Amino acid sequence: MKEGKKILLEHIDVPGIEKIETFRACGGYQSVEKALTSMTEAEVVHEVITSGLRGRGGAGFQTGTKWNFLAKPEGVPRYLVCNADESEPGTFKDRYLMEKIPHLLIEGMIVSSYALGVNKAYIYIRGEYFYLYKILEKAIEEAYKAGWLGQNILNTKYNLDLYMHIGAGAYICGEETALLESLEGKRGNPRIKPPFPAVAGLYGCPTVVNNVETIAAVPYIVNHGGENYASFGTEKSTGTKLISASGHINKPGVYEIELGLPVEEFIYSDSYCGGIRNGNELKAVVAGGSSVPILPKHLILQTPDGQPRLMSYESLSEGGFAAGTMLGSGGFIVMDETASIVMNLHTFARFYHHESCGQCSPCREGTGWMEKILHKILDGHGTLADIDLLWDIQSKIEGKTICALGDAAAWPVASAIRHFRSEFEAYIKDPMAINKISHYNEKYKIAGTAI
Amino acid sequence: MHSQIKSSKGEMKEIRFSEATMVKVREIIARYPEGRHKSALIPVLHLAQAEFDGWLSPEVMQYVAEILSIQAIEVFEVASFYSMFNLQPRGKCLIEVCRTSSCWLNGAYDIISYIEKKLNIKVGETTPDGKYTLKAVECLGSCGTAPMLQVGDQYHENLTFEKVDELLENYQQGEKMSNYC
Repeated sequence: MKEGKKILLEHIDVPGIEKIETFRACGGYQSVEKALTSMTEAEVVHEVITSGLRGRGGAGFQTGTKWNFLAKPEGVPRYLVCNADESEPGTFKDRYLMEKIPHLLIEGMIVSSYALGVNKAYIYIRGEYFYLYKILEKAIEEAYKAGWLGQNILNTKYNLDLYMHIGAGAYICGEETALLESLEGKRGNPRIKPPFPAVAGLYGCPTVVNNVETIAAVPYIVNHGGENYASFGTEKSTGTKLISASGHINKPGVYEIELGLPVEEFIYSDSYCGGIRNGNELKAVVAGGSSVPILPKHLILQTPDGQPRLMSYESLSEGGFAAGTMLGSGGFIVMDETASIVMNLHTFARFYHHESCGQCSPCREGTGWMEKILHKILDGHGTLADIDLLWDIQSKIEGKTICALGDAAAWPVASAIRHFRSEFEAYIKDPMAINKISHYNEKYKIAGTAI
Repeated sequence: MHSQIKSSKGEMKEIRFSEATMVKVREIIARYPEGRHKSALIPVLHLAQAEFDGWLSPEVMQYVAEILSIQAIEVFEVASFYSMFNLQPRGKCLIEVCRTSSCWLNGAYDIISYIEKKLNIKVGETTPDGKYTLKAVECLGSCGTAPMLQVGDQYHENLTFEKVDELLENYQQGEKMSNYC
């Protein structure tokens, strides 16, 4: 791709880039050399703060600030854990990065561990990505052999051991405290915060948990400086972001965009999604993974005050929850005119019901009720009062749980009703109307049996 | 000394890791700080599932507890939490079809229904010959190549009915009926 700055995917198409020699020949591991031989730990942290890099897993918290919070009591080990538990529906960017260019993540882990004074680091990867686990194990082995990991790296006093850890199928383990519980060999139940992991994380020790894409951006920041990184993107959304594009588009895939790209360009340009499949009309977009509010066409392309909507943290959230959404993990799901919002919402509600860890009653019970009510509507037994009931339940989950899964389950329901209430009403009044959309003639029948 | 388990071929088999697996188990335990060997539980359960016919019987969980010097209940509470651990016997070839939003938008239900008809089982069931188990699962991170399904550690993407025919045929011949570890 010609347009836009490439930071993470610059060398993605180089043949053999998954091997350490090729990666090294493309400038790989330079940031480790630079940091370990000419920078103090604090200087690396300072560059990351200056870069304005925000957590790429979904929350968008400033990475440098998170690093700065890390407690450093004498004689207590600290840990860095990479969150590779990518499970947010619509998101497959970390998978792409780890499969194509695994050493970039390892380089990021080394330089980040150095900055944080960490001597033992883990990559927690979701169980379903077992084939990636093998790719990364191999890359780690290569890095050990080449002397980038282990004792006295580059003949300095710095030691680092990096290990893989595999999960076993649980969306909740993407929540950082649930991830730490899981890494300790327990059920993935999120912890009550505070204390935050920066104070008491893995084994009760100070810990930083960062997403794959976040860690992979650190080598560039060390090599070129935080200011250089911040010169790309917008003021509040610096640098680049990987977007996982899927749904009814001509060119699904992972795209690295400079933050601030107009949404319209992202959807319709041949450099990115390439427009809506079959020349259909755009209907709605879930812009940042299943958890973020769904927006109809007119609100995803423009902000409420008529400005072009941009792919950035601040522009996507403009209009608040009434008319905006979030960048989230960058899981960009596009729906054309044939998509049923009600049926799509059912897939989300079922997902959150399945993935609720069960600790907090509002989430454990509420997600189940939302799925059941949507199922009832899909089966043609819904009443108009069910729409209000759904609204009522989601409002009683949001903000009332230990972790953000409750919010993540509530927002898709709230936004679907907010923006597409008439579609729910139409479905309830005439459940068979869905068959009038030709696309669903076969599907509805199948959906009736499969759910 | 060790309890036994009935293998898929019907014969009784002692529950004990092979020496090669024990090497892996020790290597995994060494990844965690001293005294934190419980961290190895999930990876070791994957190994156990791979070695003992793709599921975790109470006896296998007891064995894993002994190896890691933890209580059997600690193993059970973890095994019952994570969706990849099977607490019931399953077919040799576990077919997991993703059905969350992006896959659904691209016809995942059609794929599920097609496999149901082809194997003459419903989601959650195993064929009478014990060859296939069909599951519908939530997002596997393959949204850009939807619809998709997973067998063992293999992702099968951009599915069509023809592709499903082909891969079921391959697995029928016993090719790569792989498990995770």
